[in-house]
Amino acid sequence: MHLDEKIWLTLSFGMIMIFMLITGYQTFALEMGPPSHQETIDPQKVDQTVPFNEPGIKKIGENEYEVVMTLQIFSFTPNSIEVPAGSKVHFILTSKDVVHGFEVANTNINAMVMPGHIQKITQTFDQPGEYLVLCNEYCGAGHQMMSMTISVK
Amino acid sequence: METVIPSKEKVAVFNKANQVLGVHLEDARITKSYLLVAFIALLLGGFLGLLQGLNRAGVLELPVWLNYYQILTAHGLLLVVVLSAFFTIGYFYAGLSHTLGGLLPKVRKMAWIGFWMKLFGFVLVVIPILMNEASVMYTFYPPMAAHPVFYFGLVFIVLGVWMLAAGAFVNVAHWRRTHKGQHLPILAFFATGVFVLLVGATAFVAVEVLFMIIPWSLGWVDTINVMVARTLFWAFGHTAVNIWYLTAVSAWYVIVPKIIGGTRFNDYLTRVVVIALVIMNITGGFHHQIIDPGISLPIKFMHVFMSLAIGFPSLMTAYAMFRVFERTGRRKGGKGVLGWLKKLPWGDVRFLSPFIAMAAFAPAGAGGIVQSTNQLNQVVHNTMWIVGHFHLTLGMTVVMTFFGISYWLVPFVSKRILTPQMNRIGVIQTIIWTIGMVIMATSMHAVGLLGSPRRTSYTTYGEHAAAQAWDPYMVMIGIGATFLLIAVIIQVYAIFNMMFLAPKGETEFPIAEVETGESPTPYLTERWGVWVITMLIVVAMAYVLPLTEMIVNAPPGSPPFKTW
Repeated sequence: MHLDEKIWLTLSFGMIMIFMLITGYQTFALEMGPPSHQETIDPQKVDQTVPFNEPGIKKIGENEYEVVMTLQIFSFTPNSIEVPAGSKVHFILTSKDVVHGFEVANTNINAMVMPGHIQKITQTFDQPGEYLVLCNEYCGAGHQMMSMTISVK
Repeated sequence: METVIPSKEKVAVFNKANQVLGVHLEDARITKSYLLVAFIALLLGGFLGLLQGLNRAGVLELPVWLNYYQILTAHGLLLVVVLSAFFTIGYFYAGLSHTLGGLLPKVRKMAWIGFWMKLFGFVLVVIPILMNEASVMYTFYPPMAAHPVFYFGLVFIVLGVWMLAAGAFVNVAHWRRTHKGQHLPILAFFATGVFVLLVGATAFVAVEVLFMIIPWSLGWVDTINVMVARTLFWAFGHTAVNIWYLTAVSAWYVIVPKIIGGTRFNDYLTRVVVIALVIMNITGGFHHQIIDPGISLPIKFMHVFMSLAIGFPSLMTAYAMFRVFERTGRRKGGKGVLGWLKKLPWGDVRFLSPFIAMAAFAPAGAGGIVQSTNQLNQVVHNTMWIVGHFHLTLGMTVVMTFFGISYWLVPFVSKRILTPQMNRIGVIQTIIWTIGMVIMATSMHAVGLLGSPRRTSYTTYGEHAAAQAWDPYMVMIGIGATFLLIAVIIQVYAIFNMMFLAPKGETEFPIAEVETGESPTPYLTERWGVWVITMLIVVAMAYVLPLTEMIVNAPPGSPPFKTW
């Protein structure tokens, strides 16, 4: 092996390790890990199961909200929410039928929502505006219509 | 080229014998059939791609009897499963025939059985798609359930793949028995790696389809574990595309150096790259599930490593390619830091097309590293960014290498020649394709960052401002798709011309020799048993724990849904 190849491969390996270290630091030290909630639910009894029997938004603290939401073809329940700017919002999500995605355009909110699993993701909305929430996993003929809005005042 | 090492001499004698024999006609027929199917799939798939591009640009409303999601399902299957697989098999069977002294009669028979099984399976898959009974995409995630015939078709496709893999293994084993102590010719070595991976990858999807989906779609069981099905799918789905990539890599190491008039990169390191890609590939599938529920953070972190590790052999390849180019360019009199670049045959489509393919892998691979990293994945997961990514990796890196191969492989198996006019057409085709793909993939990456979702037909989300910001990029995607279809038509014309109309003659199967005086490769590289076992251990490390968790802590399952 030539010297320049050794240098190249050392740099390559180093780059991959740096990616690993940053990812690990962000995940475990800064708690920025991807949504990975590990609670399950009977996907055929979502409407009867707490908390999904009462989907909606609830104030749980100073500038802190909890949104319980179900995803089903081809809608979100609730289909619009409103929070003041600077609010920290905890989303608790599940699907009543097929696999859906929960994405808020122009934010880093992005989570898979699978039937049988409860998914959680948290976001602080600093900028006021009307945010577009959409399903980003193909779910059927009306997939392109599945959206809702979050108004941050 | 004469070499000093005895074992290489044997290779030279062997190659000479092969040149005298020329192409084995019966073997050539196998390759021609596979290539024909591949390029018909390209024509159909490319046309459907244009329909999608124009729909998303907002200029084409699709009729109710042929909706966006039907078209998308067919586009994905035609290009990711049919074009790539048929090309890969046709190319490697030609390579096995050429470098191992012809296919054995029983292997030829297996290749034909596999061909018809795959075609039969594909017909079974297409019928329900056309009837709008299987608009479930290339990923067919349960609990969406297609018509059972769709899944039967997949089973036949997998059985066909296994038949072809078995054929390749039989031929390779026969050669090894009759050439004790010798290294497998390099192209056959790549073929072995590719077929090992094909069997490993399809084993997962076979378990998913045979033991989970079929009993459920027939109503024998009521519910299915969606997480397990999805995980098994991605163990297959990601490996599949990496297999097409490994096929392209084989041409970079073995074919391209010969076309530019040089020798190939260090034989030992080449084989190490193949082995590394085989061992580490299947575990990469997990990065498709980084934002899934039900998988713990430590497992996801381990899989970041498993995915990024695949980047290492690719970075070795990047070095190898440019080293070969520089060495060859300098030997041809290239001076200075970059003078050697001028000595490369830019006007030869057999070089130009794979070169652009390699260049495209720089941004494509970088994007891949970005999106396998936990937090960055969350930004782009299921957005158009991903679509842009695999149009760079598959649509440029893999497919442009395949195109470059076709300009010598088709004349070779057809006993015809590549005329200067056809070469010029090929260069034009390469340029149009490159322009189209660069426009399209760049726009897709950008609009993905703005949040536009993949696999979604034209929509304004009720005239929402965020969605309106996507429009200019969508128009660019439509323009790129138009360029691409023009290039597809030229390419398919070139294939038919070279196969049936071009002047008769002998075309070389370009396989580069090793450098003179290179130290011999240790025989360890040929211990495929060791590599397969290592691969299985790595796969077990990656999958046993999460799959067990998904099964033990499974929620009540899901019944089938038809939501389209």
